[in-house]
Amino acid sequence: MKGNEAIAHAAIRYGVDGYFGYPITPQSEVLETLEALMPWETTGMVVLQAESEVAAINMVYGGAATGKAVMTSSSSPGVSLMQEGLSYIAAGELPALVVNVMRGGPGLGTIHPSQADYFQATKGGGHGDYHFIVLAPSSVQEMADFVGLGFDLAFKYRTPAMILADGIVGQMMEKVKLPAPRPRRSEEEIRKQCPWAVTGRPEGRKPNIMTTLELDSYKMEEHNERYQRTYREIERNEARYEEFYTDDADYLIVAFGSIARICLKAIEDARAQGIRIGLLRPITLWPFPSEAVERLAAKVKGILVVELNAGQMIEDVRLAAARQLPIRHFGRLGGIVPNPQEVLDAFHREFIS
Amino acid sequence: MDKEDIRRPENIVACKPRLLNDNNMHYCPGCSHGVVHRLVAEVIEEMGAEHIAIGIAPVGCAVFAYNYVDIDWIEAAHGRAPAVATAAKRLNPDRLVFTYQGDGDLAAIGTAETIHAANRGENIAIIFINNAIYGMTGGQMAPTTLEGMVTSTTPYGRRVDLNGHPLKITDLMAKLEGTCYVTRQAVHTPAAVRKAKAAIRQAFENSMNGMGTSVVEIVSTCNSGWKLSPADANKWMVENMFPAYPLGDLKTPQQ
Amino acid sequence: MAKVKGAVDINEERCKGCDLCVVTCPCDVLSLQPKEVNNRGYHYAFAANADACIGCAACATVCPDGCITVYRVMNRE
Repeated sequence: MKGNEAIAHAAIRYGVDGYFGYPITPQSEVLETLEALMPWETTGMVVLQAESEVAAINMVYGGAATGKAVMTSSSSPGVSLMQEGLSYIAAGELPALVVNVMRGGPGLGTIHPSQADYFQATKGGGHGDYHFIVLAPSSVQEMADFVGLGFDLAFKYRTPAMILADGIVGQMMEKVKLPAPRPRRSEEEIRKQCPWAVTGRPEGRKPNIMTTLELDSYKMEEHNERYQRTYREIERNEARYEEFYTDDADYLIVAFGSIARICLKAIEDARAQGIRIGLLRPITLWPFPSEAVERLAAKVKGILVVELNAGQMIEDVRLAAARQLPIRHFGRLGGIVPNPQEVLDAFHREFIS
Repeated sequence: MDKEDIRRPENIVACKPRLLNDNNMHYCPGCSHGVVHRLVAEVIEEMGAEHIAIGIAPVGCAVFAYNYVDIDWIEAAHGRAPAVATAAKRLNPDRLVFTYQGDGDLAAIGTAETIHAANRGENIAIIFINNAIYGMTGGQMAPTTLEGMVTSTTPYGRRVDLNGHPLKITDLMAKLEGTCYVTRQAVHTPAAVRKAKAAIRQAFENSMNGMGTSVVEIVSTCNSGWKLSPADANKWMVENMFPAYPLGDLKTPQQ
Repeated sequence: MAKVKGAVDINEERCKGCDLCVVTCPCDVLSLQPKEVNNRGYHYAFAANADACIGCAACATVCPDGCITVYRVMNRE
């Protein structure tokens, strides 16, 4: 099935309580699949086509505030519209899942694949000092798996999580093993897991108030410091990545998402020619796997960062490398996806010739 | 009988409701918000609904509504209360979900969320405070500001050719098939307050009975923004606001 | 002995002196303190003419700050 469809199936099986979204290419299949599967008849999951991405993300905010597992999906221009809501969700320390199947920008851009929203996703995106967990799938299987992982992490740390996919992973079809279905949480389970949830005040409990407003600067600073403590904890515990051929590598390619698969093919072609390149594929873009980059940077002669953008993740690679070595970028823009030979040509251009 | 004989608990005919807590409200003296907050607290108390009540607070003067009425609240981004309420209600259908919004929140920045929630017939109640001005930010023009009315951003009076017409959004919402009850009330006299309270009660009951969206507009004063005393603001409201925003039911539930 | 039927208690500290109860009272019971202020600096309302109170609760109904408790005794004399 398509990556977008896998998201929908995985959401129902995970026991998601609600999906609120607005159609936009190249991810409309998420909403379409959910509407076709009618999960409200089976698991009781709410599915709603909102009037805009602005409304959709605020529905996610409202649903998450009641302790429910809620999600939305969109693509780049739509996710830009969601930044206000994401800032509120992060400030409210609410668990939620947002899927961004990236397309090329800026502006209305193109419907073709891109990774140009790396900065927006990993650096907060909206106003204020915040981060959320960003998972970058490179296969349809990971599209399915990261729904559960995203929600698990979101509830563990009380933070939004994002699946940052690109149009390739969203649209391509692969075999996928879906997670086993499990029931949605009961009211009691939600009250236990989320004592902060806005559910109506039982006698004897103080009101639960979900607000992100604090006019006392000292208290606001405390809130910010608490957010930052959570972010440091996430950075310590949750950096995820995959390595290929790094044991004997003389050079390293760092790439995420679908382009990492193309890079892997390029690396295998290079090895057939006797050039030993390794691949580091960050799975979490935030927290960024800085320690892995630092460790590998210490033993290679150069790093090529390959992205479907003009050079965004390369900044995190440079920050992490901790020593002077050539770190170069290769990217295609506007929705063009390079083939393995182009990646190798770029490698030769930067490091061999 | 002297005063002390009268001052017995069994003789109380009016007092601050239990759900309206002891925090001093930040509203200016004479502000209509305080009355409406009390009515919300009274209705929830009388319905015995505090364990199921979820209020959605707006951005604007009522942003701190959650500090005064002791129920569970979600504070929404500016204008987004109906979207927040939509999800809260759909995911928790047995809860009493209502929004409390001002004219800027509901009729300017949140017009889309308001219209669409009402058009979907979400089983929520919307309490809409229309005082024709932006109070919190210091008296700027609202979408409902009257023609010729002076605000800090219409210092020579609102001009229709420049600023458009006062937006009668409640009339608009009455035309939507998703709304079951749309009414316009005020809280300037004891009789008006009692009618407004009955309207809020009706709206809350409609939402619990799954009848669709209910809208209670309260034509209100902003004496600070209008630069009048509270008593004069009430007079000004009767003379100027009511002709533009006449009180009464715009739509009642079909029996 | 005056024929009192009603009484009001006003939470002086909560009162903001908005005057709405004063102008609403049908029996001219209430006034704002001409000189005294509460801790927040407001000339709070008080029952200047307490004996005239009929316990109609008009004042409490329009009070924006929930400051007023009204007592009434029915069917007397």
